[in-house]
Amino acid sequence: MSNPSSVNLFDSRADLAKAESPLAFSKSRGDLPAVSRDSRVVVRERPFLGHLILRGGAIVLDEAVREELGINLPGRPQGLTLDASGERSIQWLSPDEWLLVVPGGEEFNLERRLRQQLADASFAIVNVSGGQTLLELEGDAVRELLLKSVVYDVHPVHFPVGKGVTTVFAKTSAIVRRPNERCWQLVVRRSFADYCLRWLLDAGEEYAIGVELGDESRGAMP
Amino acid sequence: MFLIYCPYCEELREEPEFHAKGQAHIARPQDPEACSDEEWGDYLFFRDNPRGIHHELWVHAIGCRKFFNITRNTVSYEILETYKMGEQPTITAESLSRDDKTADGVQVADGGQQTVGASDSAVNFVRGAKV
Repeated sequence: MSNPSSVNLFDSRADLAKAESPLAFSKSRGDLPAVSRDSRVVVRERPFLGHLILRGGAIVLDEAVREELGINLPGRPQGLTLDASGERSIQWLSPDEWLLVVPGGEEFNLERRLRQQLADASFAIVNVSGGQTLLELEGDAVRELLLKSVVYDVHPVHFPVGKGVTTVFAKTSAIVRRPNERCWQLVVRRSFADYCLRWLLDAGEEYAIGVELGDESRGAMP
Repeated sequence: MFLIYCPYCEELREEPEFHAKGQAHIARPQDPEACSDEEWGDYLFFRDNPRGIHHELWVHAIGCRKFFNITRNTVSYEILETYKMGEQPTITAESLSRDDKTADGVQVADGGQQTVGASDSAVNFVRGAKV
């Protein structure tokens, strides 16, 4: 049932509770290479974003998303659209499934408003924020690094800005996306995040890869 | 590189993203209770193993995660077409043997789609066919 009155929504208030980035373990080991002048690739984690999976018909979801976020639902396969600030994005995952990424803390209210918009249409919204994390890759050797890591063709002609695909990354899977000219993004599963980072560091050694450390945890520390 | 066209992603993708899931177009008996043991066993366990054109179910496991169908030649391994769930193949052993006047020895099972085999000439025709 997707009737808003019959769905119990729970705001976990992850902004108040203690939360740990999937890469907290790797970061705590203290052996990550720092960014230097020679670094041709920089890895940056964007932890604690709000990730929502939207499922349902493209037409009703498009209306609701445009109403709430002012961006179009990408109707074509492999589409990725961003809002004017670049902070909110929605990506085509399969013919009836989209990934919505918003700044952390917005996801609960957004989900509630989308449920109100969609009312009794047939749809599903799942908050997967805790299950995956977003890595940003920047630098002139990123494409060379990706050539070693994914089976998908990442040539700019084949992979322009505004495209995102789910594909084989190393020995696991990842969503590879290109939100702008400057950087590439990887959406990786939480349980594979350490593995993906280790792979990137290994593959990126020859490009003097560096990691820009962000927060590894937030909220009240025990 | 071995590329397969995903009808949902609408582009050619690498083979490691896909999994084969066996024979396609297997209809579940309308009334399982009324089936004989033989009919039910056929439905459950017995699959065609044709020499030639075969219709298979595949899944784009690391990608859109949708199931779709592939018409494949089991002799040349060539993929003749891919089509979405619920659609019917445009290329079958029957259609190929119809087009190929010199075809002989083509075995086509009742119902058309569950083909037992195709002749060498049909296979040769397929080799030259466009995907």
